[in-house]
Amino acid sequence: MKKTTLRSEVVDTLSLQDLCRFCHADEAWVIELVEHGVLDPVGGTSSNWRFVGESIRRAKKARRLNRDLGVNTAGVALVLDLLEERDAVMRRLALYETP
Amino acid sequence: MEFRDYYKTLGVARNADAEEIKKAFRKAARKYHPDINAGPEAEAKFKDVNEAYEVLKDPERRAAYDQLGQEPLRGQGQYQPPPDWNGGFSFSQSGPHEGEAFSDFFETLFRRGAGPTSGAGAARGPDSHGRIEITIEEAFEGAKRTLSLRSPVIGPDGTVSLQDRTVSVNVPRGVAEGQHIRLAGQGAPGTGGAGDLFFEVAFAPHPIYRPDGKDLYLDLPIAPWEAALGSHVTMPTPDGKVDLRIPKNARAGQKMRLKGKGLPGHPKGDIYATLKIVNPKADTAEARAFFENMAQQMPFDPRAHLGG
Repeated sequence: MKKTTLRSEVVDTLSLQDLCRFCHADEAWVIELVEHGVLDPVGGTSSNWRFVGESIRRAKKARRLNRDLGVNTAGVALVLDLLEERDAVMRRLALYETP
Repeated sequence: MEFRDYYKTLGVARNADAEEIKKAFRKAARKYHPDINAGPEAEAKFKDVNEAYEVLKDPERRAAYDQLGQEPLRGQGQYQPPPDWNGGFSFSQSGPHEGEAFSDFFETLFRRGAGPTSGAGAARGPDSHGRIEITIEEAFEGAKRTLSLRSPVIGPDGTVSLQDRTVSVNVPRGVAEGQHIRLAGQGAPGTGGAGDLFFEVAFAPHPIYRPDGKDLYLDLPIAPWEAALGSHVTMPTPDGKVDLRIPKNARAGQKMRLKGKGLPGHPKGDIYATLKIVNPKADTAEARAFFENMAQQMPFDPRAHLGG
């Protein structure tokens, strides 16, 4: 077994190209997600977009939902919003369910 | 290697037609999708379902699979388990990702050159994804993990073999749930260089703290007299002990904020302690007498607001 020790770094921001590689998608698809408000990049034009924090997570989820379940962009936007609402409700519920 | 019953995985009969198989797969994929159903069980199940569908949706693969018959698979002579095949950890969390390994059964029998790993052209290899689970304490201290990865590798002659390797990952102090850690050049190989390997950080369930972003929530039990009279209590946090002032006439459910005591970072998170008033048990004569005394002395109707 090969053993490798590597430098690991926390990902702060990804460019449009980085994000495409990150979720195995093309630019048109990412731009569509931005247009649907699923992703909220920092920066004016697509060439200097920076995707941070929650947008990176959402892009990954969006891609998987699209690829694995065949959900289109509008559907992905809806599913992600509902999932976030559900998670918020679950967190609130957890406050009342003492272990 | 273990025989995989793909029909059972999808819950279809062996003579099911392509439409039935597709339908069963879609239903199972929705049910176990790791983004919809968190948890390691759904994740494993989702991977199984995808593997089964990967074989059964393809007429050639399905025919080959059907020829193997049912388990146990013995004396077929048409496959050789790779040496050291029981290595365990696979680093992708969903679907037939580029560069991901399915079960040994699948990889040995069905991954023959052509497949999701090929076709990258002259490009850099695709990025790979995995998950790292750390404790909340480790998020305060930083953590180091050594992970075993197994990925299919295309040799110069076009054959595919499984390669095991280990990588060390440093999880820095102050990492938040959902952040990604990148290992540059450790993703799937390609003719233009390897892609990157990303790990999403997840927190293991904690017996005391519930994380929400950088903030931590917990229930803080206090005695009735601490609540009524107000007091200072010492509370352990992952960042060390803190002194917390309980106001007079504190209510159960009241939330106390400990600014900057949550997960480290810029800015630091907070801790929210929800007060929980815990009664001592009246299991001695003295304790009972004390409660009886209180009942007589204190005009208190906790149900007054219910009316009646």
